Amino acid sequence: MARLLKFNIFRYNPQDENSTPHMQEFILEETANMTLFIALNRLREEQDPSLIFDFCCRAGICGSCAMVVNGRPGLACQTKTADLPQDITLLPLPVYKLIGDISVDTGVWFREMYQKTESWVHTKKVFDPSAVEERMDNAVAEQIYELERCVECGCCVAACGTARMRDDFMGAAALNRVARFVVDPRDERTDKEYFEIIGNDNGIFGCMGLLACEDVCPKNLPLQNQLGFLRRKMGITAIKNIFSRK
Amino acid sequence: MQTFYSDLLVIGAGLSGERIAVESAAAGFSVIVLSIVPARRSHSSAAQGGMQAALGNCAMGKGDSPDVHFLDTVKGSDWGCDQEVARLFADTAPIEMRRLAHWGVPWNRVVPGKSFYFKGGEKFEKYEEPEKEGLITARSFGGTAKWRTCYTSDGTGHAVMCTMDNRCAELGIDVRDRTEAIALIHDGERCLGAIVRCLRTGELSAYLAKATAICTGGFGRIYKATTNAVICDGGGHSIAMDTGVVPLGNPEAIQFHPTGIVPTDILVTEGCRGDGGTLLDVNQERFMNIYEPDKAELASRDVVSRWMTHHMRQGKGVKSPYGEHLWLDIRHLGDKHISTKLREVDEICKHFLGIDPRTQLIPVRPTQHYTMSGIRTNRDGAAYGLAGLFSAGEASCWDMHGFNRLGGNSLAETVVAGGIVGKKIAEFLQGTDVSFPTALVRQAVQQQEERIRDLIEGKNGGENVYKVREAMQDALMDGCFVFRNGKDLEACVRTLQEVYERSGRVSLKSNGKGANHELAAALKIRGQVKLALCIAAAALARTESRGSHTREDFPERNDRDWLSRTLAYWPEGKDMPELKYEPASTAWDIPPGDRGYGGGTIIPAEKLPGKAD
Repeated sequence: MARLLKFNIFRYNPQDENSTPHMQEFILEETANMTLFIALNRLREEQDPSLIFDFCCRAGICGSCAMVVNGRPGLACQTKTADLPQDITLLPLPVYKLIGDISVDTGVWFREMYQKTESWVHTKKVFDPSAVEERMDNAVAEQIYELERCVECGCCVAACGTARMRDDFMGAAALNRVARFVVDPRDERTDKEYFEIIGNDNGIFGCMGLLACEDVCPKNLPLQNQLGFLRRKMGITAIKNIFSRK
Repeated sequence: MQTFYSDLLVIGAGLSGERIAVESAAAGFSVIVLSIVPARRSHSSAAQGGMQAALGNCAMGKGDSPDVHFLDTVKGSDWGCDQEVARLFADTAPIEMRRLAHWGVPWNRVVPGKSFYFKGGEKFEKYEEPEKEGLITARSFGGTAKWRTCYTSDGTGHAVMCTMDNRCAELGIDVRDRTEAIALIHDGERCLGAIVRCLRTGELSAYLAKATAICTGGFGRIYKATTNAVICDGGGHSIAMDTGVVPLGNPEAIQFHPTGIVPTDILVTEGCRGDGGTLLDVNQERFMNIYEPDKAELASRDVVSRWMTHHMRQGKGVKSPYGEHLWLDIRHLGDKHISTKLREVDEICKHFLGIDPRTQLIPVRPTQHYTMSGIRTNRDGAAYGLAGLFSAGEASCWDMHGFNRLGGNSLAETVVAGGIVGKKIAEFLQGTDVSFPTALVRQAVQQQEERIRDLIEGKNGGENVYKVREAMQDALMDGCFVFRNGKDLEACVRTLQEVYERSGRVSLKSNGKGANHELAAALKIRGQVKLALCIAAAALARTESRGSHTREDFPERNDRDWLSRTLAYWPEGKDMPELKYEPASTAWDIPPGDRGYGGGTIIPAEKLPGKAD
């Protein structure tokens, strides 16, 4: 006989005047190879159609379904119930605005981040459709891609001590984004210009080095290395700034 | 209720939608882009392989040109494509790849010198020329004469999607996530925008625009087993069909992939079989070598899918709580091969199945993968039937894929078509002015408010939306999947007609407030069943086998009678689609011939349709 799983799920619909925040219990029989994607959809379709949660690719690629599973932020689609105890508690990610139940608004947070970090290649060159492409070293291309693998699930920010205390902290995802452009030779921004964006306590100097961002990242991005790399670079830039002041 | 105005309204923020937005915004027009999810979560980002473009930089791509790419594409389509569109695509693709490089895509580049590659399990050597160092390189894909697929590691779609979304941010394009268009505003002749439901609050708004572009991707989710994301549910196609005047092109052209994992139908790469993996049945015995002694597991996607389905019908499938499946065995490839060459498969097995493919078998079954079908447009991306309505990407039937699209051509199409159609939309906007009659808008809003009220109050009946959806999915899986025949298709159409009738009696069990998913599902179920009926009816009518459309009772490709494209219309008040036909192509640069794979016989055409003498 398969296990009977007990789900404790956070419930609150801010658009419903009769709704109050509470935990609700559901019972579901476990099947082979069950993931939280399968379980939650079965709960919604068979038991409570008002349940609000997010999935998109259901394959660990898009980052939609981040939630706090038994105390730890992670992607629900690639969480197998077989790896969890019989009691499973699901909570929405902290830091982000709640949409309802275990769905949060990561989209707005990340769009603001693009604007803050000016998340695009800054170049004065104009594209010439008749010319051959500019050359790039393959190792550099691969290095850029390694940092661009972020799926914006928000787990790193939800697990970050500084972000939990301060709304204005940019978090590992934003700092990683900046690092991606720092290593890209096509981006003509100088260290001084990057310093304007992240050279403060909201940015690179706010990190307390608790390492949780890297621990929970479902894509295993080297977030702490990037933070270290940027902190050194920005530290040097800060010193240069002092000496260049007239 | 709020009303928003823009020159262009783009529905869908995947690669083709954002590419159109970028092109029109750069030409100075105001653009609003709607997306069900944050743009970067669009299904474009899930594509791993790459984008085809004849750059000819790498050693194995030497001598490649748009002409060769064009030839491969036409052959791949089984002569079902519009050859002028395929030509336009092949010619533009290299420029578009370079433009993406300029915008920030970290394409893999040519590394000079000697290196090795594998083909059919055998090791070969190649030499990359020093003068090509640093140019965009390419990898090999099925159905192509040259190595032509540009890529960034195993995350091409993701990397290009990031770059495109960055470009939107740079241009200040207004991308609104968690919004879903639930109806088009139109007067039967001209499209004027859409009624949109906010997926945060549930509120309705009117979005008025001079031009509207539907770029919502494929509709694989109407099948039970699909590799598609849950958002690929045909919402964009439904609202176009609901107008009664916009047809769906080639609804019967649906592509299936042999190895989706069970239960969640996530794709494991064709590389597993390419490198020597085998397919096993319930007795853990090989079977592909019985059906295809020559190629066995390495036959083309469609062929393998067909035999797998056949074998399960013979009672050789493995029973599971999620339905029947077969096994993929890569154990004999060994640890080193699996952890380097098939790293991604290893991870999928670990994360989603909790198994180790070195010692355990992978449960797989054929799975819906791609819709060549879509909103029928002309070469400019303008939809048939409504002025001011456009479409691009998988959502459209622009028609460069015909009845079977080649790997790497779909992802390339998103940006190539997006660029071309975006430019055409800018031209259209330049020369067009419209007035928005308030009565028309008010009527459109009221209609949607009424629909929602009826669903919440249970006015239409007591059907459960998820049960109705399941009945539709089962009908398609039974009658309109990999194999088709007259008897099963007739039964499928009959069942779907009943399901269509049930879809009109759906009501909500929940209160429908806020970001309610049940309401979103209920609002689109009727449109989904319409799509399903279009597929089944068109497949029943097409008495031949072409590309992915396989009729057991009509195994020949019949160029004499079927060198045509299906147009499925759904006139208002009807309960079945109306099928019309047009020539597959007006230009025949490459007259119909043998694809060179897949076998089968051909009934030749006496005269090429649509060709001016």
